[in-house]
Order: sequence, then C-alpha cells, then structure tokens
Amino acid sequence: MSAAADVGIVVVGASLAGLRGAEALRRNGYAGRLTLIGDEPHRPYDRPPLSKHVLSGELAPDSTELPLLVTLDADWRLGHAAVGLDRVARNIRLADGAVLAYEKLLIATGAQARPWPAASGGALANIFTLRGRDDAARLRAALARGPRRVLIVGAGLIGCEAASCCRALGLPVTLVDPNPTPLARSLGTWIGGVIAECLKDSGVAFHPGAQVLRFEGDASGRVVRADLADGRTIEADLVIVALGATRATDWLRDAGLMADAGGVTCDGACRAVASDGTATGDIYAAGDVARWPIALYGGRLFSVEHWGNAVAQGAHAARNMLAPADDQHSYDHLPAFWSSQFGINIKAVGLSEGADSVAIVQGSRASRRFLAVYGRAGRSIAAVSFDQARWLPAYAEAIMAGSPYPPIREASDQGLFVTTAPGFPPPRPAHRSDEARHG
Amino acid sequence: MADDTLFSEVLDPANRADPYPIYARLRENPVSPQRDGSIVVSTHAAIRSLIFDPRLSSEDLPPSHRPRTGNLLKDWLLNPIKDRIATAHRPLIFRDPPDHDILRSVVMREFTVARVQALKQRVVRDVDTLIDACRGRDEVCLVEDLSYPLPVAVICDMLGVPEADEPQFQIWATQLATALEPDARHDQASRHRTVAAFDAISGYMRALIREKRRHPASDMLSALAAPGPRGQAVMGDFDLISTAILLLVAGHETTVNLITNGMLTLLRHPLELDRLRADPERAPRVIEELLRYEPPVHFRTRKALGAIEIAGHTIRKGAPVILLFAAANRDPVRFVDPDRFDPDREDIQHFGFGGGLHYCMGAPLARIEAEIALVALCRRLVAPRLMVDPPPYRPGASLRGPERLGIGINGIAAHPT
Repeated sequence: MSAAADVGIVVVGASLAGLRGAEALRRNGYAGRLTLIGDEPHRPYDRPPLSKHVLSGELAPDSTELPLLVTLDADWRLGHAAVGLDRVARNIRLADGAVLAYEKLLIATGAQARPWPAASGGALANIFTLRGRDDAARLRAALARGPRRVLIVGAGLIGCEAASCCRALGLPVTLVDPNPTPLARSLGTWIGGVIAECLKDSGVAFHPGAQVLRFEGDASGRVVRADLADGRTIEADLVIVALGATRATDWLRDAGLMADAGGVTCDGACRAVASDGTATGDIYAAGDVARWPIALYGGRLFSVEHWGNAVAQGAHAARNMLAPADDQHSYDHLPAFWSSQFGINIKAVGLSEGADSVAIVQGSRASRRFLAVYGRAGRSIAAVSFDQARWLPAYAEAIMAGSPYPPIREASDQGLFVTTAPGFPPPRPAHRSDEARHG
Repeated sequence: MADDTLFSEVLDPANRADPYPIYARLRENPVSPQRDGSIVVSTHAAIRSLIFDPRLSSEDLPPSHRPRTGNLLKDWLLNPIKDRIATAHRPLIFRDPPDHDILRSVVMREFTVARVQALKQRVVRDVDTLIDACRGRDEVCLVEDLSYPLPVAVICDMLGVPEADEPQFQIWATQLATALEPDARHDQASRHRTVAAFDAISGYMRALIREKRRHPASDMLSALAAPGPRGQAVMGDFDLISTAILLLVAGHETTVNLITNGMLTLLRHPLELDRLRADPERAPRVIEELLRYEPPVHFRTRKALGAIEIAGHTIRKGAPVILLFAAANRDPVRFVDPDRFDPDREDIQHFGFGGGLHYCMGAPLARIEAEIALVALCRRLVAPRLMVDPPPYRPGASLRGPERLGIGINGIAAHPT
C-alpha cells in the first residue's frame, strides 16, 4: 500500500475507542502514517472516574490521562474538531479549515451530553452537564464552593453517581426523574427500587415521576430554582443536567453515511454503512458513536456507551481495517458496564431492553447483595450484580450461549426464585429507543 | 475408554515426587469421571470457567462427627451440639456465599497493604537470622532451618499469637491441614484426630481472643476481635475462632512448600539460580513462574450443587469435583512449553493461588516471604547443591512439598550488601 504510506489512516476521536484503535493498528503491524484528531485539547483520558473520584475530589481532573499501551508514533491533532467528511475526495475538514486526506478512516467521535435548552433556562450560570474532563473540573470546582442545594435532573447512572458523590461531600441533594425509580431505563424499576432505597438512606430528596419544565435565575443570571410540570418548585443553586447523550455525528451530516444522533450505523464488521445501505470498505466506527447489529439480540442495531465496548470495538475495527475485504471478522461483543454508587459495586452484562421478566438468582434484594437475571421469551438476555460481580462471568457465558431463563439453578446462596416484571418505562420516541445510556 | 483410576494414582505417595505425567494423562479428558464418582477437572479453560460457576460449592466437607465416648451426656447432648456448631462455623474456605463473602471481607479489610508491608523488614531480619544460624555447617536442612520457621513466625506476628506457644499447635496445624486431602477426609481415625485438634486449638484461640479483647494490640486478631462501629463484634465468636485457626494453619502449611519447592526448582535449574543471585530484581518473575510450575497447593475439592455442562461433559448434581490447579498450570493449550521452568515467559496466568472467590487471601504475604527467602538463599549459600533428588515428600497430595530438603554448601556468605 504505497498510497497508505503517504496518506495513511486517520482516527477521528482521541478518546478511549480512538486510542485503543490506534494502538491496535500498530500492534497489528501497521507501519504507515497515523493521525489522531481530537476536538478537546487534552490527551486521551479516562471517563469513568469523572463522575466518581473526580467529583468527590479524590482525583484531580488532569490525573485521568489514559496510559499509552504501545508506542503510537502518531500525528496528534488535538483541539481541532472534525467538521466535515468528503468520501469521494477521501478527506476530512477540520474546524480550523485544514483538510486531511485519508486512506482509511476510523470514526470514534463518541457522544456529547444532551444539554438543557437555553429557551427554558439552560444558559443560566451554575447549570452543568458531565461528560468531559473540563465539565468535571468545572463541576468539581462549583461543588467545592459548597452550594446550598444541588439539583440533579435525571436519575440514570451519571445522575445517581453524582448524587452519591454529592452526599458523600455532605451537600444537600435533590434528584428528579420522570420515571418511578432511578436507573429505570437501564435496569427496570424493580431493581431500580434498590437504588431508590439507597437514595433515601443517604438523604437524597428523590422526586420520581417529576419533570422539570424550566430553570429560573436571579438578577445576576445564576440559577435559583426549577419549576416542575406538576406546579412544584425546587430551590437549588447548582444544577447537574444528566439526561444522557447524543452521538457526535453532526460533522457527518453531508457524508452520505447512515448517521444521526443515534450513531453511525455499522455492519457486523464495524464498517460504516453508506446511505444506500452498502457497507463502506474504508470507513469504520467504534465506541459510543457506533451503532451495530448484535446477533445475540436478533441482529437489532444498538449503540452502547460502555467503557469495555470502546476498548474492544476500537481494537476490533483496527484489526478489520488492516485485513482484506474477504477476511472481515464480525464483532461479537456482549455489552457490559459497571457503576459504583452508595458504596455498591454494580456490574451488568447483556442488554436488558425488552426483558419481560427479572429474577434474583443469588443473594437477596433486601441485603442489596444479589445477582439478577433478565429474561425475554424464556431466554436469558442480561444480568446485573450488586456487590456480587464474581459470578457474573458464568452468567455472561450462559447469556452468550442463549440459555433458557433463568440459566442457572441450584447455585450457592440461592433462595426461592423471585420472578417479577422488570418494570421498564415505555420506550422513548424515535431513534432514541435504541440507546443504552451508561457511564 | 479413559482411565478412571488416575486420580488415585495422584494420591498415591509413590507418585508424589512427580505427579505431572499423570496430570498430562488426566488433561486428555478435561473433565475426567473417576471410579468413585468424583470428577477431576484439569485443563486451564475448564477450571477458569468453573471457578466462576455459582453451582460449584465449597461446602463439601462431611459433617463434623465426634466419636462415641461412653459418656451418655457427652454422646447424646454435648458432642452433637459441638458437632453442629463446628459444621455451621467451618473456616471460610469451606463456606459458600453469603457467609463466605461476609467473613472474607472482614478479613480482607484487615489484610491491608500496610500490614503486609510492615512485616517486610521482619521477614528480611528473620531470613538473615535463620541463615546465619547455619554457619559452620556443610548442609542446610531447608525445611526445618528456614521454610517452616519463617512463615510460622510471620503469621504469628501478624495475628498476634505468642511465638512461644507455637510448638504446641504445630501438630494441630498439620492435622487440620489434612482437611484438604481426600484420603484423610475419608479416613475415620484421621477425622477423629482432626476433631480433637480443632477442639484443642479452639480452646487456645478462645482464650487468646479473650486476652486480645482485654488488652488489644495492633495485631490482626485484636482487630478482628474488636467491637465494630455498632458495638457488637464484627464476627460471631465461633466464626472468629475458625477464621483465626484458618489463618494460622494456612500460614503453617502453604508458604513452607512455596519456599521449599522454589529452592528445589532453582537447584534443578542452576542457571536460573545464578541469574537470580546476580539480579534479585528477577524475584517476582521467578516467584510467579514457581507458582505456575511447582505450586504449593495442587488441587482443591468442590461439590456440584446442580448439573453443570462443561467441555462436552455433564457434571451430575452432587458429584465431588476436584479442581486440579497444578495440572491446569501445565496445560499446553494455555502455556507454551508448559513443562519448562522459564521465569521470562510473558504469559503466566497461573492458578498457584487458586482463583475465583476463594483466591488466596495471603497471596501478597506469601509473595513477599518467598521473594526475600529465595533471594537470600541464592546469595548467601555458597555452592549450594541438592543432596538427594528427588527429596522425600510430605504426605499431602494437595498441599504438596518436600518433607526435608538437604542442601550441601561450602559455607554461608556474609550478609549481602
């Protein structure tokens, strides 16, 4: 590939998936030119600590840099967002006007926090989102100033982790979510109820079934309260908006790819799919931004914001980028995520969406130490552990094998099976139903 | 037809010096049913899968049963109660979740990096003293001169057991360790000796714990016995006693094999001995490879709570299962050239400390002791050579190691700077 030597491979997105992808290119013997483009000025950093140790002040925001696992010998273009892709000319346009040609392209632009609309108070001071390192640094500084009350909008993983941190810091916290319990969308209301109890125990004022309409500010433009749809108001001088993320695909608007706020559609081999439905041969995607068909779940398209997926998919896409078209390996990855909040280590495998049943298979809900399995039409599709992660590999194996539900009977620490409805809220409208939101 | 008597060959003391060829034959069937109904699992992949399988229970010891004494009160009331207590409060290596997890987390909270690091200087000092004591001799008897006394002194220090009392529970510890040996488990007389040893050591521990509560010190037993934040003890007294016994016995019966097997292996690979002497920084690599190549614990037993499909076999419900860690450590599917001792190998995910939720709690301590001991032995023994190869072995097939290891020397070098 003499052309590759001149133009080379370009990785757009210098976070976990992009970095691990670039490393895998080198590890697999790619010796040509390699360029990494990142919209942030920072070297690749790790996100999971941002909503945990960074908020609590145990870790400085700039101590989250990811280690380089191999010598990259790459051309770094940090602080330069990609703003356009021309597939015919095979080049990328950067925000500063520069144009970069590519031989092959890896899209790893990730996702961006869903902001609060400016029209209903989103522009007020002291309203934060939490996605990047700078977000975390700003939020940490604001928390350290000792706000009178923190309002967190959205009780997903990020919202709950933030609530846990704020309480550990001794700050009064109110948490609102339209669903009946926290984590309703990822774990269902039955398991989410366990976290609701934790919120209560730790003194978080949790308002389920509540919707914020707008924020109001004082004369100096700082947020002072939120108005709820039911007429209530909540006084708060610091707001964390934790409403999930949209995929960073704006720059691909005119690229002729199947891409929208739900992600870049890929085939099973991580190749981006063009608008006409055919897989491109030179453009791959990995990490939060990628939406790919998972055979285990009937070939449905999913995009997942999971750390483990960014690592595995980045490496997998890199492998395929260097392989000939007739040797593309399909990406068989069982999604998995973890969270830590209220002193509980939560780990999950598989995708619980569409589950019709959930059962505690080990431990007990009352002890908050348990392993639960989600079933759909008699098959095990996902599992979650609360302080019981050790057994998770056995359940992951069973889920991968398409085992019946529940997959394992006669285990240790197994009481009577309590099987119940998981209690998922109805899917959100449009493409957003295909997202799994996790930190 | 697979040979269904291979595991009895493993147990046969005649094969203690070199069980590895039998392990190789066992690995031909990753899951090998034996004539007695037990299942031997010997490949790396199968064991890795099983240690994370919740259907595999560690509660496989037969219930405690005291022999008849002729005293009606004892035989019909007191001893049955004692048996029930002993059975319900087994040491945590014989317990399943949730009890296991609760007990283990309490111990692990005390098994801190700081506690282990604090012992390091003591280990260095002890090793030097023990080696110094061999001056003027032309042979070191490694087990009695160093491999045994070192870990014993260290575990006594950490737990807060007066070392002067140690000789009285040496025999108890050895007897209790037979709980890991299938032969001894099925031997009625041996089981009765185990009960007697447990009662004796329990009495000792109960008194010691009372003393620790009266006069708490910085040791681990004081910490475990101290009241928790809500005033009551973190562990019940029966669990506290069995946990303390476990830690004490484990300190007596495992690291001794790691150090002795380690020195034996190095003497059989003189080039590696020379390299370690020249470069003590190699010690961690050497220890990890030793844990793979000649681990101190060769297997552990479990019980299948339900039927388990694995490697094309079904382990039936109720079957005794033997996880043959030492065979998995030599699995050619997992390790390149597995029978070669090679501290430089990159891929070294061994089961030397077991795996899964029962992974050895004392691993960091064992590593420190073995590193310091082996480096000092390599540097200070002058022209060390094996006197008998293979050496005589201790009876255990699971806790496997030499009974004695005579090392001929041309003197003891001064303490290296």
